[in-house]
Amino acid sequence: MIAKIERDSGRFRQIIRGKIKKELKKYIVRGELIGRKGKDLISIPLPQLDIPTFRYGHQGRAGVGQGEGEEGTPLAPGPVEHGEGAGEMPGDHILEVDITLEELAKLLGEELELPNIEPRGKKHITSQKEKYTGISHAGPESLRHFKRTYKEALKRQLISGSYDYKNPRIVPIREDKRYRSWDVTKEPESNAVIIYMMDVSGSMGDEQKDIVRIESFWIDTWLRSQYEGIETRYIIHDAVAREVDRETFYHTRESGGTKISSAYQLCSQLINKEYSPEDWNIYPFHFSDGDNWGGGDTKICIEVLEKYLLPKINLFCYGQVESPYGSGEFKRDLDYYFSDWENLVTSHIPDREGVYDSIKQFLGKGK
Amino acid sequence: MNLTAELESLKAEIEEYAASYGLNFFPIVFQILDFDQMNEVASYGGFPTRYPHWRFGMEYENLQKSYTYGLQKIYEMVVNNDPCYAYLLECNNIVDQKIVMTHVYAHSDFFKNNQWFQYTNRKMMDEIANHATRVIKYIEKEGQDVVEDFIDCCLSLENLIDYHSPFIQRKEKKSKYDFQEEEPGETVKKLRSKDYMDSFINPKEFLEEQKKRLEEEKVRKKKFPDEPEKCVLTFLIENAPLEKWQQDILSIIKEESYYFAPQGQTKIMNEGWATYWHSKIMTEKCLRDPELIDYADHHAGTLGMRPGRINPYKIGVELFRDIEDRWNKGRFGKEYEECDNLIQRKNWDKKLGLGQQKSFEVRKIYNDIGFIDTFLTEDFCRDQKLFTYQYNEKTNTYEIASRDFREIKIQLLFSLTNLGQPFIYVIDGNYENRGEIYLKHKHEGIDLKLDYAQATLANIYKIWERPVHIETIVAEKGKLFTFDGKKHDKHDIKIG
Repeated sequence: MIAKIERDSGRFRQIIRGKIKKELKKYIVRGELIGRKGKDLISIPLPQLDIPTFRYGHQGRAGVGQGEGEEGTPLAPGPVEHGEGAGEMPGDHILEVDITLEELAKLLGEELELPNIEPRGKKHITSQKEKYTGISHAGPESLRHFKRTYKEALKRQLISGSYDYKNPRIVPIREDKRYRSWDVTKEPESNAVIIYMMDVSGSMGDEQKDIVRIESFWIDTWLRSQYEGIETRYIIHDAVAREVDRETFYHTRESGGTKISSAYQLCSQLINKEYSPEDWNIYPFHFSDGDNWGGGDTKICIEVLEKYLLPKINLFCYGQVESPYGSGEFKRDLDYYFSDWENLVTSHIPDREGVYDSIKQFLGKGK
Repeated sequence: MNLTAELESLKAEIEEYAASYGLNFFPIVFQILDFDQMNEVASYGGFPTRYPHWRFGMEYENLQKSYTYGLQKIYEMVVNNDPCYAYLLECNNIVDQKIVMTHVYAHSDFFKNNQWFQYTNRKMMDEIANHATRVIKYIEKEGQDVVEDFIDCCLSLENLIDYHSPFIQRKEKKSKYDFQEEEPGETVKKLRSKDYMDSFINPKEFLEEQKKRLEEEKVRKKKFPDEPEKCVLTFLIENAPLEKWQQDILSIIKEESYYFAPQGQTKIMNEGWATYWHSKIMTEKCLRDPELIDYADHHAGTLGMRPGRINPYKIGVELFRDIEDRWNKGRFGKEYEECDNLIQRKNWDKKLGLGQQKSFEVRKIYNDIGFIDTFLTEDFCRDQKLFTYQYNEKTNTYEIASRDFREIKIQLLFSLTNLGQPFIYVIDGNYENRGEIYLKHKHEGIDLKLDYAQATLANIYKIWERPVHIETIVAEKGKLFTFDGKKHDKHDIKIG
């Protein structure tokens, strides 16, 4: 006999996955488990089905709390939602959890059923590592092994009869001295670099950038769990591209047109200069709203991708964030030209909710 | 699993302490559960079984997940029943079990003596098991999807009950042999006057108006329900065209809703009372020296504050302690209230020693609204660092809005009134003489969440099978929302 609760939770899971009772799907709210890691809030999806009732709307989001703080002190972030506000009080569906990034990556992997990444060229890439493995008779004084040296001197003095138990002075001579010694070993190593590129032209609004921020945080977390050394580089572009630091990456807004090829070219230069494919696993990510300049720029993009980028990298991901202005043309073009290439993935991100699916599309291939 | 010998003797010990303090409780049956079982029972609201429905599964998934990530674990659960059922977690250490047991005895005392619980079914364990059996029977006959869909509809209306109705006879019971003669229609009475003055004393317009008023009154009298009905569930059970099994399921939902309502109405008091007593019994009687640190740790966890929400344990226990202190020292009444000498006020102690007596009286007659309304003082608000918060749309955050005593009290009372739910009444079950149902939202300054309101209307339609209307106010304008089975409509209306 199955437990009663299994019967009910099985039913619930089927509804959430949209297998049965599709009309309920619109009441799925993503409850969240929120964790804190430094300044970043980490949230773990906890799907909920909310049965509609007569309840108060967004003006009802007020209440009484307890604790320190002046008037105007912020307490908790408001709910992320669309349209009419939910009546939930803060904390109603937010559970906080302390979690390490490693655990988080594990959760993410489980939640999205991500496969582990098989690093490329692992066999060829090696690095030298020094390790203390033994003891030797010669070496620098700074590495002298005190205990061993003392023992040797004691042994020698006992044997030679020069040990006086009334005056137990042990004086090591050169032959007594022992030193730590090391070996040089060759270890396979996998390094990875993530190159984030983002369209910062006028049509990418704050909401779109927020989505990119959330998504790149998760990608970072996942890739960090898979590789030992990760470097991240940031490129922003409108009609021209430039490399920037992380802060600038997320907060710049330009008003120019969009030439995606500029970013791809810069990315290619960066790889040529600093990240040889023999030594590095390379992950370029590009986010835009899908609007590219006419006049054949898309053609240049495709050329750069085909000739210079795709042969060198592990995986190229293009995320198209929906914005009120974007035409979405670019994703169609990529999908059309690169349907045969395994290491180019595109994904459409309609809103914040879409981030989870998009991550799965990007990283689900285990590349 | 039944209690181990050790726990059994602890139980006897604690029961004696509790009784010696004057607590008067139902007999208590403790059961030991492991985590999975605990989460299962918790998902069912403390009952070992409920009717099949996905929302219990949802609750279970959440509890399991939260537990896996180390977010929360359930320590204590107790069912209002005679005997009381309570659950202990298998892996807890002995001091935790002691805390839970003492806590549970106080809950049981509260269930038994607080007047808001007096009409709850004390054999609910059996009743709820019966509900499950009946629903399963319907599922076998009608099919799972059909029954579950209907339950979804009912749950959507679960909060539309009249919390005070168990205590008040709202309408006279009518005998069906109690025929009433059609009363002769009232006529417009004229004021006495001399003929030549008549048109001045009884002007024609006035007479017309009166006549119209009488006619309206007559129409109103014919309306059903006679008075606006707050318990929408009762109205539907009595009047909607339901099949027998549907009627039964709706009654089940209603019965369970009324059963759980007093627990919602006394959350702060109930937890406060239980916390007050676990702390008293533990520190005065039960605690052994090596257990002190664990006890302090656990107790502090229970009372921990989190900004942005009120902890009923904390507010409850502090209020009970405040009441005890005030009545011990005589810090109440006109003389104390009017004293504005701060030093005198601070040292006020008439050595009345009425604290304990007052606490027991309070636990007998109040619910949370009365409790807060009567005993929340300005001093208390300040000492407990209470504040009101609000949602700031610009920053998409909740912010501390005020530390003003009046505002805190108003906000707190508002969130407790009608369990923080909007007031909805059935005004007319035969609207426009077309058998349509007309609901009214008594607007208390906050608009309804409209998409949910419309979805709820659609659910009522499934039960009523005729168009449904709800009158409400949106952005200070009167609106009538209608669902006719095919599409949603809204009209502007005048609000009187």
